[in-house]
Amino acid sequence: MKDIYAWVAIGLIVLTSTTGDVLLSYSMKQVGDVGELWKRRGALAVLGRVLRTPTFALGLMAMAVAFYSLLFGLSWGNLSLVVPASASLTFVANAVAARIFLHERVGRRRWIAALLVAGGVVLMAV
Amino acid sequence: MTFRKYLVLAGITVCATAGDSLLARGMKQLGNINVSLHNLSALLLAILNPWVTAGILFLLAFFACYISALSWADLTYVLPATSLGYVLVALIARFGFHEVISPTRWLGIALIAAGVGFVAAGPSVTPCRQHLDSREPSRDALSQQVKL
Repeated sequence: MKDIYAWVAIGLIVLTSTTGDVLLSYSMKQVGDVGELWKRRGALAVLGRVLRTPTFALGLMAMAVAFYSLLFGLSWGNLSLVVPASASLTFVANAVAARIFLHERVGRRRWIAALLVAGGVVLMAV
Repeated sequence: MTFRKYLVLAGITVCATAGDSLLARGMKQLGNINVSLHNLSALLLAILNPWVTAGILFLLAFFACYISALSWADLTYVLPATSLGYVLVALIARFGFHEVISPTRWLGIALIAAGVGFVAAGPSVTPCRQHLDSREPSRDALSQQVKL
């Protein structure tokens, strides 16, 4: 029974953290290079520009749900199941989502990398 | 990619790892929390555990590094950097605490390192669709092949 709870938590973590990552990446691309902006206009300008991006708040909410799902998952399942399973699935889900929604060019190089990292994360937990 | 940008990526790795480890330790202290409305407050109060607090502080630092990196690099470029933390933990366990690492875990370390190396050697930003549309498709396919 506990295993089912753990996998539900894992599914929720993968879904919400992928949504959050995509939304955050999208909003930060709109904000532009933070380092450059900081140099030219100062820290407050960076903070203001980031907070005024509407998708940033949505991304933050998705990340918050992912964070609490992780807390639930950690209290239900083993650390060695929940963290690697959600992390490796998130890598693959993110590569797909980045290609579809962010129009990033996920070439052969990045596919191989996503699969290598996902596989490596699973092996680390065995 | 400047030295400062590599520092930000290193900050992602270190802070995410430290944050996760501290959180895990705190949550293990608290034990199992069952979901029900009665225990909702227990879950929210988990933040008051010092290990959980420290973990959250590190995760905040991680978040600052993370969104800063996302402002100048692709999501698929930044993400593998977070997984280097597993390698970091294993290496600290091996050389700091002299724990034995099984061959499977060494293989996992090698895979993650290879994956990160694969991405890091490539471009940090790929053009988005607006840029793509303005280019000739044939030339674009060619330049993509050259990059690979």
